[in-house]
Amino acid sequence: MSYSSYIALIPILPLAGFVLLGLFGRKYLKNASGIIGTGLLLVAAVLALYTAYHYFFVDGKVGDQYQSITAFKFTWLSFSDNVSIDMGIVLDPISVMMLVVVTFVSLMVHIFSLGYMKGEERFSTYYAFLGLFTFSMLGLVVSGNLFQVYMFWELVGVSSYLLIGYYYDKPSAVAASKKAFIVTRFADLGFLIGILVLAYYGGTLDIGTLIQKLTQQQSAEFLAISTASLFGVSALSWGLCLVFMGGAGKSAMFPLHIWLPDAMEGPTPVSALIHAATMVVAGVYLVARLFPLFTLTQASLTVVTYVGLVSALIAAVIACTQTDIKRVLAYSTMSQIGYMMFALGVSGYGGENGLGYTASMFHLFTHAFFKSLLFLCAGAVIHLVHSNEMKDMGGLRKFMPVTNICFLIACLAIAGVPPLAGFFSKEEILLAAYNSNKLVYGEALFTSGLTAFYMFRLYFSIFWNKQKDFHHHNDHGEGTMSMKIPLIILALCSAGAGFIHFGEFVSSDGKALESQFDPVFSAAPVLFGLAGIMLAWVMYKRETDKPQKVAASLGGLYRAAYHKFYIDEVYLFFTKKIIFNLIGRPAAWIDRNVVDGLVNASANITADISAMIKGLQSGKVQAYALYFFGGIVTLAVVFLYWWK
Amino acid sequence: MNGIPVNNILFVSIALFFIGMYGLFTRRNMITMLMSLELILNSVNINFVVFNKYLYPDKLDGLFFAIFIITIAAAEAAVAIAIIINLYRSHRSIDVETAEEMKY
Repeated sequence: MSYSSYIALIPILPLAGFVLLGLFGRKYLKNASGIIGTGLLLVAAVLALYTAYHYFFVDGKVGDQYQSITAFKFTWLSFSDNVSIDMGIVLDPISVMMLVVVTFVSLMVHIFSLGYMKGEERFSTYYAFLGLFTFSMLGLVVSGNLFQVYMFWELVGVSSYLLIGYYYDKPSAVAASKKAFIVTRFADLGFLIGILVLAYYGGTLDIGTLIQKLTQQQSAEFLAISTASLFGVSALSWGLCLVFMGGAGKSAMFPLHIWLPDAMEGPTPVSALIHAATMVVAGVYLVARLFPLFTLTQASLTVVTYVGLVSALIAAVIACTQTDIKRVLAYSTMSQIGYMMFALGVSGYGGENGLGYTASMFHLFTHAFFKSLLFLCAGAVIHLVHSNEMKDMGGLRKFMPVTNICFLIACLAIAGVPPLAGFFSKEEILLAAYNSNKLVYGEALFTSGLTAFYMFRLYFSIFWNKQKDFHHHNDHGEGTMSMKIPLIILALCSAGAGFIHFGEFVSSDGKALESQFDPVFSAAPVLFGLAGIMLAWVMYKRETDKPQKVAASLGGLYRAAYHKFYIDEVYLFFTKKIIFNLIGRPAAWIDRNVVDGLVNASANITADISAMIKGLQSGKVQAYALYFFGGIVTLAVVFLYWWK
Repeated sequence: MNGIPVNNILFVSIALFFIGMYGLFTRRNMITMLMSLELILNSVNINFVVFNKYLYPDKLDGLFFAIFIITIAAAEAAVAIAIIINLYRSHRSIDVETAEEMKY
């Protein structure tokens, strides 16, 4: 069976769900909407798995190299012979992998939401939005055209906005959704300019053609883009850094990460799907997609490396101090995405050098499982406790045994304890970092210790520690089967995904990459991870005053981390004090006085003139008859004497 | 009838027309205004008949016009009286100046 016969169904089925539930959901399908959305997605997920099987094992490989297959394509808007916006589906190792990840995690979230969102007023709207998001994300990952990427990029932004603001009667959720939209939109401005720069010099919007043209060192396009420069930086670096700015905004990289913690205002399954597993890794995916271009200039790779590194460290430090469990997970997501980013940054192209690329994609793959599992477990906990705050939890292991085990597995996975999934992928990242840059390696090692610490701080605080007096009046216990099954499935994936020989399937140049496993090398990260776990054990297993003491002894550092290093405040200062005063207020003045002034003036002049002549319309019939007669006389005179 | 010069008849017609016009502009009573309107219409009728008689004696177009106008005047009178009756019902008066609300 060729791909073209069914591949388009994978994104279109969720879209159909969105249209169906969006139009008819609230009135006619109120109770069935969850089942409809889940069913459509189940079909899409099966098709995606089939596609993956077909691609990786049947016909994706030509010789020893995985090929990029254009399964489906039509020209949507053509600017010139070469430059056109095409809508299409391109299959290559990373897009096929993303197809599987997106549909699978989305399916799990759909199933989980059946129980979690039950009884919500806008239940069908919720499923409609989930369908829209899944469609957009799938469209994004299969794009073969930069502009198609951009369009779906904005669509995922919109659906993320809609879902963060799902509880629209909560002011904080509304503010968070606006913040997410504005920050990512600001980043997308850079993305758009980057696309235009690349398309201008490369003469095409098609990613495959662009890479082909620019990677030939002798081609006219490459010479043009690498000689043109602004402020001493080549146009290629500018274009790639601007594209990366878009990716950094979507992936919540420092300093554009401020929207992600606030985005936790959305329903928890949404956080699992969008703000942990799929949408936020779009930035990583984008860099991976254009990776051959990034390897052309060291400057852009350096930017990617250090942005990723700083994000990973800062987020991990902040995560140690937060008390809202979803915010801890949000910062942890940011930190892990930082890992993926700098893994790409330290990677080279082709062969052994491409280890970072494979590691990054591998981490993306495993992270999707354990992070969505963490979020769904957090959702189950919140479902029971009705609070996001860690201080309201404790001792929950007796009440929710399944969630406890699943959360533990996910925590072990993210902490990099063998043989769970996170261990393998993090191992590869660290190895890639070690081979290219010792500073990056050291920092990554330290961050992995921190990761283990804050994850187990979370785990012990929720499931161990002292049992808190939470509301016992809810009798639903741990949750319905539809909530437990996705947890179990994801826990199995988090435990087992690491055993896939990922390098065989996904590598920078499509050739299989043998990943060597070196127990000596892996000793250090595992030790760091275990140290972090032990520290968390000592501090949080029982209720003690140790955490307060440590916090007090750290003083300023703790307070700074607790306040997220005041980055939000810096943003507020810049926007409120500088942008609003210097740009906003003059613009408002011009709008109020010049633009509105012109409009008001024309309205006022009309009103004045009509006030002057309205007396003619007196309501006296005889006056009207007189005007009429006068008009007739005038016309008679005109026609008799002037108009000969 | 042939002995009467056309000027005399036209004078009558014009006199009727302006008497009607005067009545239409000065009277406030709507019945009187309606009567004035009939005068104007009839002055026109006279014109049609006279010009038909003196200019095209072997044709009937002018007479037809006059008959049409008489018919339409009857219909118009019916409509106008209906309006007057409704005005009286709502304003308890048929003075045209009591119905001045339809302005601006």
